[in-house]
Amino acid sequence: MKFTLALAQFAPRLGDVDANMETLLAYVARAQAARADLLVFPELALTGYYLKDLVPQVALRAAPDEPRWAPLLDASRTLDIVISFVEQDARYRYYIAAAYLAAGRIVHVHRKVYLPTYRLFDDGRFFAPGNTFRAFNTRFGRMGLLICEDAWHLSSPYVLWQDGADILIDVSASPGYGISTSDDPANAATVKNFLQTYATILTTFVVFSNRVGMEDGITFWGGSHVLAPNGRALAQAPQFEEAFLLAEMETDALRRARLDLPILRDEQRELVRHELGRVAKFELDRHS
Amino acid sequence: MLQSLQLNTALARRMIVDFIRIEITRAGFSRGILGLSGGIDSSLVACLAAEALGASNVLGLILPYRTSHPASRADAELLARQLGIATREIEITPLVEPYLAQFARDDVRRRGNVMARARMLVLYDQSEEFGALVIGTSNKTETLLGYTTLFGDNAAAIQPIADLYKCQVRQLARAVGVPERIIAKAPSADLWEGQTDEGELGLAYDDADAILYRLVDERRRIEDVVAEGFDVHIVQRIAELMRRNHFKRVPPPIAKLSARTVGIDFLYNRDWGS
Repeated sequence: MKFTLALAQFAPRLGDVDANMETLLAYVARAQAARADLLVFPELALTGYYLKDLVPQVALRAAPDEPRWAPLLDASRTLDIVISFVEQDARYRYYIAAAYLAAGRIVHVHRKVYLPTYRLFDDGRFFAPGNTFRAFNTRFGRMGLLICEDAWHLSSPYVLWQDGADILIDVSASPGYGISTSDDPANAATVKNFLQTYATILTTFVVFSNRVGMEDGITFWGGSHVLAPNGRALAQAPQFEEAFLLAEMETDALRRARLDLPILRDEQRELVRHELGRVAKFELDRHS
Repeated sequence: MLQSLQLNTALARRMIVDFIRIEITRAGFSRGILGLSGGIDSSLVACLAAEALGASNVLGLILPYRTSHPASRADAELLARQLGIATREIEITPLVEPYLAQFARDDVRRRGNVMARARMLVLYDQSEEFGALVIGTSNKTETLLGYTTLFGDNAAAIQPIADLYKCQVRQLARAVGVPERIIAKAPSADLWEGQTDEGELGLAYDDADAILYRLVDERRRIEDVVAEGFDVHIVQRIAELMRRNHFKRVPPPIAKLSARTVGIDFLYNRDWGS
């Protein structure tokens, strides 16, 4: 199967859902004009990242009767969309979430599991963590969603991979920091490295959608890109500037990559589960 | 006034007095200096500072401009006499006049800002001579509304009453014995003749306090406050002033480049090591 993937790399306005919705819909129109099949936005594209006490003001319920979803659900009748937003649950907990929208429905919602709360990050102060990694079916195959810090934990892509995800989508608001003589901020080099490693050794597609712009002096580095199941780049957006990126996805690449490198076939999931069970039990016993 | 804005003045007094003493001594000082305008905010802070540090360790600067109301100086002197704190009067007219003659001649806002910053300049310089830290006199209402001159009247080493709304300042001022004459007069920055805070803001302090308390302390939404009967335009205006003037409440952003950036991921309390 072939399909066209679009990535919108832009700078949301902090806390201004109306303005961001307009930008999102402009990208939707652009993706539709380019005959894209799936459009992926970066982390918290609807709200901006360093929300702090703005969190409750910009939050949405992940339910189709939430009026804010109408234009995006409508657009999803012709174009699948991955959109990240602040989700409010029925008990007033707030999550950084990403939804997969298709055919006018919310197909899947992932809540960011790993909330970075160190260095320049303070997610844990404002958000509740998700507690699942679940792959889900789409018309382009089975996918898994990761939000930024989720991808730094190597077990997250592993679990999604074992749950059948052939396309991993990492939506990020990754700030660039640590400059040296390199063209990349230090953490950007790390992200590029591990994503390429995931694509290569998990033999899956990896889609990285990162934002640009600046919030209170902190710059988001962009550099959105798409990797084939052999780790090769299929499309690459520039760093630090707004971009609309298209990638031609050919799912037969999964077959070829897994014939060349049958890691998935040989993976001993039961062994991993057993050993992790032993380790966890040992930890419990030790502390009892 | 809202029941919930009623203050336990004894507790507030104790906590603020401790705050002034601890924050000043931890920084290695024993003295405080502040500008005395003759208004309620600086009068209250002077009382609390005298209680915390001892009257002989507090210096009140009276910093009139040629158009300042004579009652302002009289009230400042009255307060200082009552507390037994020393005052020094330094007229800022000769400091600002040469500048104002050349620039900002007809712009009252710019002129007001220049005067506020001239007072800051004098306060900080005099603080060195007196061996003191500058004690701020901003209250919560003006801080939230952003009704202040950046690097002017809001420049200080510590802010003892910036978490008290204006109506709470009045309660505490009464409790610590600020003269009723000072409490009763209309609050004014006295930057030009006939200026009053409420006139310039287009808001009554009691309304501003009640609305800010609901929006900020109680985390109510704008529509909920309006549903309680407050004027929708006033509520929206207050919310917008808070948003628009937020830059006055935070340090300027630093362009983050390195692995550790002051204020972002180089984080220590001000009281670090003391």
